[in-house]
Amino acid sequence: MTSKFLTGIAAVAFATATMTGAAVARDQIRIVGSSTVFPFTQAVAEEFANLTGKSAPVVESTGTGGGMKIFCEGIGEDHADITGASRAMKESEYQLCLENGVDSITEVLIGFDGLSIATARANESGVDLTKAQIFQALAAEVEVDGAVVDNPFQKWSDIDASLPDVAIQVFGPPPTSGTRDAFVELVMEEGCEAFAAIEALDGDRKDEVCQRMRQDGPFIEAGENDNLIVQRLNADDTAYGIFGYSFLFENLDTLKGVPVEGIGPSVETIASGDYKVSRPLFFYIKNAHRGVIDGLEEFVTEYVSEEAFGDGGYLTERGLIPLSMEQRDATRESVGGSMHMTRYGS
Amino acid sequence: MTVADDHQLPRPVDWSAPDAVRRRRSRHAADRRLQWIGIGAISIAIGLLAVLITTLSFSGYRAFVQTMITVDFTIPADIDPTDPRSSRRFRTVVADSLAAKFDEVERSELRSLSQLLTNNAPFLLRDHVAANPSLVGTTVTLAIPAADPVDQFNKGTIVRETPEDRRRISDRQIAWFDTLDAEGRIAAPFNWGLFFNADSRFPELAGLSGAIVGSFYALLVCFLISFPIGIAAAVYLEEFAPANRWTDLIEVNINNLAAVPSIVFGLLGLAVFLNFFGLPRSAPLVGGMVLALMTLPTMIIVTRAALKAVPPSIREAALGVGASKHQVMTHHVLPLAMPGILTGAIIGLAQALGETAPLLLIGMNAFITSPPGGLLDASTALPTQIFIWADSPERGFVARTSAGILVLLGFLIVMNGVAIFLRQRLERKW
Repeated sequence: MTSKFLTGIAAVAFATATMTGAAVARDQIRIVGSSTVFPFTQAVAEEFANLTGKSAPVVESTGTGGGMKIFCEGIGEDHADITGASRAMKESEYQLCLENGVDSITEVLIGFDGLSIATARANESGVDLTKAQIFQALAAEVEVDGAVVDNPFQKWSDIDASLPDVAIQVFGPPPTSGTRDAFVELVMEEGCEAFAAIEALDGDRKDEVCQRMRQDGPFIEAGENDNLIVQRLNADDTAYGIFGYSFLFENLDTLKGVPVEGIGPSVETIASGDYKVSRPLFFYIKNAHRGVIDGLEEFVTEYVSEEAFGDGGYLTERGLIPLSMEQRDATRESVGGSMHMTRYGS
Repeated sequence: MTVADDHQLPRPVDWSAPDAVRRRRSRHAADRRLQWIGIGAISIAIGLLAVLITTLSFSGYRAFVQTMITVDFTIPADIDPTDPRSSRRFRTVVADSLAAKFDEVERSELRSLSQLLTNNAPFLLRDHVAANPSLVGTTVTLAIPAADPVDQFNKGTIVRETPEDRRRISDRQIAWFDTLDAEGRIAAPFNWGLFFNADSRFPELAGLSGAIVGSFYALLVCFLISFPIGIAAAVYLEEFAPANRWTDLIEVNINNLAAVPSIVFGLLGLAVFLNFFGLPRSAPLVGGMVLALMTLPTMIIVTRAALKAVPPSIREAALGVGASKHQVMTHHVLPLAMPGILTGAIIGLAQALGETAPLLLIGMNAFITSPPGGLLDASTALPTQIFIWADSPERGFVARTSAGILVLLGFLIVMNGVAIFLRQRLERKW
């Protein structure tokens, strides 16, 4: 009795499995890449599916580096068509692409993303930080009296008497994150230029001092989940957090951006370039797949349309900082002409 | 001490002596302490569970209702809803229909007025009209989900007192909202979309159907692979295998495999199923295969335990009346062990349902706006959907993340409940 019942279940299950497993050929665009570009690509994917009635692209957030690896694996249905990146493709990644036969890639600059240092609205201290001060607060080694030593600063006031007398506590992204790479490049490396003793170090050692974040407590790696950082900041109004501008944008009622070099993050200051902590966002198209994968051409056209990435387009509603009109035209031109990227020669 | 003392019988114990009373009291106190420690431990465990469920319910209950705005849309007579290009026109229809409700709306304000409704409102309207072509040229009254900031405002997570530049909804939009509310056009019914919509970039439209279907397919594959293989392996090991060093080795390895962290199975799946066999990324088929690898050791162990629990007298009696070994197994032992095996299988599947790490590695955390049509279509699963939502910046996803966890917990409770039910109804005591 029981065994008959079981055979029945198995038969039904098997029938469902064979019936549903028919479609093999790919009718969806496959996109991988940066978690920062991910929300924008999601928005375009959804709009594209709604506009054209084709099946929605599959968008996967793998991080910039992970996305490059998958993207450069090769050409053909099994490989991704587009990868998003919160930094330009590195030369090593470009070489990997070439080795695997991916020899025609269009680089598409879509806009900018501001990195913000934020704190709770309840934090009344009104600090305004310079990149040098941020470097002093967060680097593993800093300059004190002309010597490079392990970071001795525990309170903001240790760095500069004008800063508040509270313990340094900054939540930031882990090393695997593109946001972390960008933060190190845009803030830490520039901040360390203010120190003569560090400037005087030779190449590798200087890079190490400028890039290494402290591990002794004041800088807290909070994982990839930026919503958690937002919650922590609301719970503790002396703490600061580092994340993409879109998270600050969504939480402006409880958080505020800390001005860096006198200018606070906002859509206007990032777009005008006055706010210095911003980075370009890209996606890369595998040109060999264009015209082969159904809908790819329409998808990239939709991505670089005025309705999407233009000023006031639906991507800016999600926190993308748009390019200037000329840059947008240039982007459209390179996408339209399937131009191969020239960053590392052609 | 004298010799006579040695031969004396022990004196009867005086239980009422102060010394004895003290000893007895301290022994009773020790009993009570042990009992209290036990009760304390259980209370801590239940308390933590209660805290988890309360915080989840507290942050998640808002996602179970959705603010809807009822609007009368005037559909022009010359619009063709089946043409994909008509979408841009539907956007104008939505904006104009909303503007017609209010007296003074500047053209420049049309955009922020449309933002009261979800960004996908034109598509919802288009699909509604396409499904009922007779509506072309008439006025359609339709309840459309409100955009996330409006939804959050209606639910009280965004408050009116916050200065305008700090919230995602402007004073003008609040005024429009109040007018609509006064007309009774705002409602917050149960959010069926949470279960019947697929994922979306917009929290007001995002739902779990893609993840539920994806999880179902993955578990189906997992069951179809791990159940027969698990039973066959267990039957062999329990009934046929000779007791030698090889079977010992296999047994140790199965027990070890059951304790291997799930991410290792994910890496294996990535290397073998995706890179070597070239199966598609993000497919529930691959997800199910990886989960099956993970569940298999558990399946074998529970099946062996269930087979062991069948008394030898059953086997001996069957052999005694002349049944062959396979008849003993298929006619007697397996059916009798089946309730135990099924219970174990369901608990193993419940574990697989909650598993995230291996699925992340094979790409089942992709953003997909339609439920999978088959085993090879890209899809997410419940835990990976929660993972994606947890990392989305929009406010609405905070509540949706908790709601997703509650739904997942609901499925787990149901599965475990079925397992307990089966065990109580079918299990035989010898």
